[in-house]
Amino acid sequence: MLIIECPYCGKRTEDEFGYGGQAHVPYPEDPHALSDAQWAQYLFYRDNPKGSYRERWVHSAGCRKWFNAVRDTRTYEITSTYLGAGS
Amino acid sequence: MSQRDLPQHPKFLWHNPEPARHYDAIIVGGGGHGLATAYYLAKNHGITRVAVLERGWLAGGNMARNTTIIRSNYLWDESAAMYETSLKLWEGLENELDYEIFFSQRGVLNLAHTLQDVRESVRRVEANRLNGIDAEWVDPQQVKELCPIINIGQEIRYPVMGATYQARAGIAKHDWVAWAYARRASEMGVDLIQNCEVQGFVMDGDKVTGVKTNRGTIYSDKVGLAAAGHTSVLTQLAGFRVPIQSHPLQALVSELHDIIHPTVVMSNHVHVYVSQAHKGELVMGAGVDPYNGYGQRGSFHIIEQQMSAAVELFPAFARAHLLRTWGGIVDVTLDASPIMGLTPVQGMYVNCGWGTGGFKAVPGAGTAFAHTIAHDEPHPLNEPFALDRFETGALIDEHGASAVAH
Repeated sequence: MLIIECPYCGKRTEDEFGYGGQAHVPYPEDPHALSDAQWAQYLFYRDNPKGSYRERWVHSAGCRKWFNAVRDTRTYEITSTYLGAGS
Repeated sequence: MSQRDLPQHPKFLWHNPEPARHYDAIIVGGGGHGLATAYYLAKNHGITRVAVLERGWLAGGNMARNTTIIRSNYLWDESAAMYETSLKLWEGLENELDYEIFFSQRGVLNLAHTLQDVRESVRRVEANRLNGIDAEWVDPQQVKELCPIINIGQEIRYPVMGATYQARAGIAKHDWVAWAYARRASEMGVDLIQNCEVQGFVMDGDKVTGVKTNRGTIYSDKVGLAAAGHTSVLTQLAGFRVPIQSHPLQALVSELHDIIHPTVVMSNHVHVYVSQAHKGELVMGAGVDPYNGYGQRGSFHIIEQQMSAAVELFPAFARAHLLRTWGGIVDVTLDASPIMGLTPVQGMYVNCGWGTGGFKAVPGAGTAFAHTIAHDEPHPLNEPFALDRFETGALIDEHGASAVAH
């Protein structure tokens, strides 16, 4: 089980958290200007690296706030958590 | 259950050649899908100068880590066609490949625990029947008759309200399926090359002309990717993305027991699935771990959740010992359906995104992918599963609909 450090509550076990996928995916500034291909990229395409990954977590069973984490998808080691866009 | 003859040891089943410099087609990924694709390329299309490149050992990835369930009770027409084609091929596979695979059509129950489950299940039964797939709705007493050790009492948190039943569904011995395909492909001239990691691609403009590996550069103007959870790592090397997220999926087996569990039982709602292997282990699994990962391991609390659901449904399991657990890396798409077809790179084809359900599709997907590679156009079976459906919006949303959550 992962031990995740919520920036608000401190270290807690993974089962208190929900996963939100890739971090730093901004909503398009002008959605009407996007082509179907660009819209598909926004909706369905996310990075899927084998290595360091910036991702969203929510402390569902705690403060219920969203934050970001940097985690290695090979080792599952979380090197940092931080408040990011939308937090 | 009668003891049947065991097949030969795998090391006698295929050649281990050095890679040649040029092939008519290269398949990246020596799992079930890659081996089946190579076999059908040779058998159906006469293309035998084929190399299957495997980073580790043959069928050592998800093919070695799945729970071997075979069924075709999918909701949507496109999926039903793919999985039913596969099931029909499974039904003749031991004869076709002349090899024991312990294909056992013991049936699958997909349990319903809520009124919404019941409605969705009955709808799926009717959808299956319209597609010519055997399916029936069974009440709790019939569930008990099909699987006597199941608890249909009202005292548990989510009592069994009924189930869908597909009698033709079943299980097979996954390793032997892979070895059977490998043996036949090798006999027909396919080179199966293990310990061969793809490190890049040779391109001529927007065409692929070869594959760079740790065993040298191997040339071909047809390259099929069948690398499951690692497909997006490969497509990144080729300069394009696929809408896939790779997740750990855990499974486990108990110690050996007498044969007590005569069918396959799956529950989407409390989320566990169970069958009993031929030797007697209880084989169990559930959904994917939530986060992205390539670690081929998971977390104990996921196992704990599976076990609490399993013990409520099967009180007899409470005294069973866990023998081993493992994780596979599954490639999940946003509509929970696979991606198979052409890519932005000419001559490169992709077969991925099977999520938690790739094993059952091996024969049908291999047939369709071989056709796609041979003719540079999709087979009717995989035409709906093209990469461009994410742009056109023609998604095939099997989330939950296929009787399992991804």
